[in-house]
Amino acid sequence: MILLELIWAFFQVGLFSIGGGYAALPQIQNIVVEKLGWLTPLEFADVLTISQMTPGPIALNAATFVGTKIAGLPGAFAATLGCVLPSIIIVLALAFFYSRYRNLKGVKGVLNGLRPAVVAMISVASLAVLLLALFSDAPPTMPLTAENIIAFVMVAVGFLVLRIFKPDPIFIIAAGGGVGVLAYYLVK
Amino acid sequence: MERVIVIEKIIEKDAKLYLKLFTSTFTLSAFTLGGGYVIVPLMRKKFVQELGWIEEKEMLDYVALAQSTPGPIAVNTSILVGFRIAGVLGALLTVLGTVLPPLIIISLVFFLYDAFSSNAVVNAALLGMRIGVAAVLLDVVVRMIWLIVKEKNLLSIFILLASFVALQFFNVSIVLIIALAALIGAAETLIKSQRERGQGSK
Repeated sequence: MILLELIWAFFQVGLFSIGGGYAALPQIQNIVVEKLGWLTPLEFADVLTISQMTPGPIALNAATFVGTKIAGLPGAFAATLGCVLPSIIIVLALAFFYSRYRNLKGVKGVLNGLRPAVVAMISVASLAVLLLALFSDAPPTMPLTAENIIAFVMVAVGFLVLRIFKPDPIFIIAAGGGVGVLAYYLVK
Repeated sequence: MERVIVIEKIIEKDAKLYLKLFTSTFTLSAFTLGGGYVIVPLMRKKFVQELGWIEEKEMLDYVALAQSTPGPIAVNTSILVGFRIAGVLGALLTVLGTVLPPLIIISLVFFLYDAFSSNAVVNAALLGMRIGVAAVLLDVVVRMIWLIVKEKNLLSIFILLASFVALQFFNVSIVLIIALAALIGAAETLIKSQRERGQGSK
């Protein structure tokens, strides 16, 4: 039964993430973290981190991670299957009709409307990750703690470096890890 | 006698083709860091330039289709490529090739994560990396919002703002927002095209 639940949960994740890349974030957060509680917000952030450092789409990585956690290797397969089923059904159907409908005006209009909504969804999910990075799991308190301020400075520096030098994101994430370890030894 | 040989040849070639489809997508997926936007140009290089199985223009259409249908872009593109070259079986093989590497890698990482996540140093590193990811997401979001705002289409900006407020502050369901945004987009195009037709007839 749990395998069916995994398939169904990630079927929804796959079905409602349009636009690739980060589009799966809001769905994973909504369904897997909030509704089902299969991942804690902290684990979700770690899955994101791992996803950035390993090959493969975020949705598939999250599916494998959650599936393994809930039901071992069969769970990983079930969740992955659920995640790609909508693609297999919809994209295969589309491949049949590809040449006939690709220039239909209505389809283009739908996509035009969807794009800003998808950006809004990704923004909301990213905001949650940002708040988690800045304040950990606790609600923000006044005055800010030293850790809060260090995290804030790190995000700001990382953001500026990304904007100006456009390095590979993995570099920023690895640097963040380095600073984290350094801070740990300094505090100790 | 000759006919039998010909048939055998075709089958053999087909098996090779299927194997090639699988190994191509498998290696692409296994060695590509950074998800859909990285894997798609590499697929183009492989299937258009190296193997010559697909035309340049067609590949661009596939990428656009993959981006506008549900699911990971890498998976969707591989389905289209696999179907184009070897039908439904081809599509299933390319999906398998794309899906297996993350499945193997992440299930290995999961066990490492379980063993390591109680270690204080690893936790400090993870915390720092999470902050790094937050910076990366901030960069991505700023760029995406800017792309929408730059178009100066008031309706798009309205959809962006309204969806953000609805999701962030009122917990409106994602499905509802997708449905409404799609409807608004379709209605806008419909009204526009009717207006154009009206002007044309005058």
